Amino acid sequence: MPFIPHTANDTQEMLAVLEIDHLETLFEEVPPELLHPDQIDLPEPLGEMALARLMRERASQDERGLLCFTGGGAYEHHIPAAIWEIASRGEFYSAYTPYQAEASQGTLQVLYEYQTMMAGLTAMEVVNASLYDGATALGEAILMAVRAKPDCARRVLLPATLHPHYRQVVQTLLNGQEIEIVPLPFCNTGGHTVPESLHHHPARSFAALVIPQPNFFGILEEVHALTNWAHQQGGLVIGLVNPLSLGLLQPPGLWGDQGADIACGDGQPLGIPLSSGGPYFGFMGCKQAYLRQMPGRIAGRTKDKQGKEGFVLTLQAREQHIRRAKATSNICTNQGLMTVAATLYLSLLGPEGLHRTAAACHANTADLARQMQTVAGLSCLFDRPFFHEIVLQLPCPAPPILARLEQLGISGGIALAPYDGLLRDCLLVCATETRTPADNSRFAHTLKTLLAEEKGHGTSDF
Amino acid sequence: MEPLIFEWSRSQRHNSQHHPVGAAATENGAGSLEAALRPFLRQQPPPLPEVSELDVVRHFTRLSQQNFSVDTHFYPLGSCTMKYNPRICNTMAMLPGFLQRHPLSSTATGQGVMACLYELQEMLCNLTGMAAVSLTPMAGAQGEFAGVAMIRAYHQARGDGNRTEMLIPDAAHGTNPATATLCGFTVREIPTDGSGNVQLEALQAAVGPNTAGLMLTNPSTLGVFERHIRQIAQIIHAAGGLLYYDGANLNAIAGRIRPGDMGFDAIHLNVHKTFATPHGGGGPGAGPVGVAERLRPFLPVPMVGRQPTGSYIWLTEQECPQTIGRLSAFYGNIGVLIRAYAYLRLTGAAGMRRVADYATLNANYLMARLTQAGFQTAFPARRATHEFIITLKAEARQVGVTALDFAKRLLDYGFYAPTIYFPMLVPECLLIEPTETESKETLDRFVEAMIAIRQEAMSNPQWLRDAPHAIPVPGGGCSRLDDTLAARKPDLRWQPQP
Repeated sequence: MPFIPHTANDTQEMLAVLEIDHLETLFEEVPPELLHPDQIDLPEPLGEMALARLMRERASQDERGLLCFTGGGAYEHHIPAAIWEIASRGEFYSAYTPYQAEASQGTLQVLYEYQTMMAGLTAMEVVNASLYDGATALGEAILMAVRAKPDCARRVLLPATLHPHYRQVVQTLLNGQEIEIVPLPFCNTGGHTVPESLHHHPARSFAALVIPQPNFFGILEEVHALTNWAHQQGGLVIGLVNPLSLGLLQPPGLWGDQGADIACGDGQPLGIPLSSGGPYFGFMGCKQAYLRQMPGRIAGRTKDKQGKEGFVLTLQAREQHIRRAKATSNICTNQGLMTVAATLYLSLLGPEGLHRTAAACHANTADLARQMQTVAGLSCLFDRPFFHEIVLQLPCPAPPILARLEQLGISGGIALAPYDGLLRDCLLVCATETRTPADNSRFAHTLKTLLAEEKGHGTSDF
Repeated sequence: MEPLIFEWSRSQRHNSQHHPVGAAATENGAGSLEAALRPFLRQQPPPLPEVSELDVVRHFTRLSQQNFSVDTHFYPLGSCTMKYNPRICNTMAMLPGFLQRHPLSSTATGQGVMACLYELQEMLCNLTGMAAVSLTPMAGAQGEFAGVAMIRAYHQARGDGNRTEMLIPDAAHGTNPATATLCGFTVREIPTDGSGNVQLEALQAAVGPNTAGLMLTNPSTLGVFERHIRQIAQIIHAAGGLLYYDGANLNAIAGRIRPGDMGFDAIHLNVHKTFATPHGGGGPGAGPVGVAERLRPFLPVPMVGRQPTGSYIWLTEQECPQTIGRLSAFYGNIGVLIRAYAYLRLTGAAGMRRVADYATLNANYLMARLTQAGFQTAFPARRATHEFIITLKAEARQVGVTALDFAKRLLDYGFYAPTIYFPMLVPECLLIEPTETESKETLDRFVEAMIAIRQEAMSNPQWLRDAPHAIPVPGGGCSRLDDTLAARKPDLRWQPQP
């Protein structure tokens, strides 16, 4: 039987120990009307050979070899081969949350190293062992900030430059909590949140200000001014950051005079494949003062009975299995294996590799911007510094152009009109370190051809 | 102990094969970067280790060897269903066509993966007897959140705003009350009777116009089937509440009994339990939710729909205006769901039924053998489901050894420990779940170890209190770790010696 080792003889011997004759008797306590009378309607079982054939067909259907200029919260990066060779080892892959620390030192030491690396990268004092993804990490950060600031109104300032899906997830998570989300407008020319535009929010009228860096449009926010202003008003600052960008950019722990209070984001850029959107992982760090408000697992270093160092899950009094209805979150299983991959990634890249990768992302996107601006009818919508994404203004709606680009082998970015009516005919594009000037040139030339065709046809097709 | 990776670090050692070389960056950190970027640049490089690729491969390989896992050891962790994770499911999920697809690329480029997800939705509906399924929750606890948020949305949509109370049995998983609170409900605990069932009189007395619903695990966390489930459903539904099913224990009944037939309105499933996806040292999991017809409009998005032409589309807020919303930036843990899909195609209906049968057989056999050996079970008069509880309160009283001591000594024998001190109702308890993928020989060896440990407890209890002594991992592992010290003086990251 697939994955069940019992021989007929084993089954008979085991039933004999139970003094019963049939497996059905095991379900004798179940009211008979609940036992499903026949086989449940599922496809016939496949052998491994047939399954592999089916799955290869499905996967190859999706294997287009597209040249990827699409970002928007998930990015194509080089993933060193060693990462998934090691992370897929059965000892990591098939273990569980390290409840028995002495038999889980591998996972626990990786988590401790992960926390150390992420704390260094974000310049935060403490980091947890992961959350589900960047969007839920932001939701948890907001809940945490509201708990930590009982003297402030239950409101959170959320810039419109935040990833729209993140805003939707935050809304879902906060729905039951009577926390008001206050949207902040962005500057039409800069694509950023203007610090002076917030001055009408009085002190203690909000628990936290969220600062996405880079923001959804790829633009860099005025993090120092925003952080200082929020702190002057008595609120906390939540920095939502791309961890890979921190090889190059100021870490949230050093924003303004006091640094962000909570940093979070999505760890996908650190060695996690795109995989249609998941599994990725969320990360979260904070100042020491807020440690006991932080959700999720945390690994700590301690000593064993002989005084030797070892690792355990710690500060569990925050968590649902101890605190139940009073826990900091309901999170239990998180994204453990993804943090193993990220720890491998950060170890292989090191400070030099991460810096050069982040710098190459920026340089390639700058090159893409230059090349695109030579195409008639195309311009960059915003004039402020960016990290590795830019918004292109097209002379026509983006979706049909994207469909044509895809037919020509290019994943050409994200049409922004569905997210914001003001961003009509806008396209969010990204060039990571995996792109070359030749790739950029191919993208620009293809777009040029399509726009010329489009101009020839007039706009009636759209 | 394996040194920390930071201790292997040597300044200037790096792996230039993994990053772009050339013009982009220079020593001063700015180089040819746009001048406009300079005010935003990091002044100090991040304190990451500088190690060679071989250092990295050796370090993390050695760390992996310090772990117990299903692939290396029997892992009878109750309520966690640590069964074998078929390798083929991983191999298939790692195919480049699945791995390389960007989440925001068009549905035209995702028909292969979406076909898998659509069929998984359908299979889970049939398997659970629910009307519709959304796959997007990223773990069981997020599935719970979705289920309870849907119950809230349902009452609100009916203008029934006074239903502020969620009923939860005292034996429930901690996630249940934590989730109910997160969704804005107050929690009311319902006691359990002497044979592990919900106390019906207490339930009847607790329900009323404020009742939003009841969250129930069946088989319960006590390892027994809740026999009065139909009456419970009647009581809750008659009071205007809805019934939530925590699917943590579905492995006991999958293919034999369907939550939908028991009267549940919303359920979550843990694919890393019942559907053999890996636990990964604490995730990633996936926690699909299923609902009865009346909750369908509230399911979290996105879901996969099929058009009359046979092509697949994402169903979002546009198609589902009453949805509770999005739970992840994209579509949930798709890579995990592909593994679950592959597993279900391997087992089919007959295979799923065998899972329930043999998970139950293994648990009952192990319980019977341990009972014969003199161990006390929590509910001796009841049939075990896929897991059961041993209580060591007699041993604790007699010689002062605890469930924790037993657990630590089991590690020396090469067995991961069962879940301990949960459910909290049973003193000094071990919650043991062998799963269907373990052989009779393994179960027999576990019984022998338990007997031997009890003999040690009687003759030399201090030996157990000091356990573990020599965990079978390279280097012998560590002895018992000090949790109290860890919490009192949190050391949560390495810092270089000044």
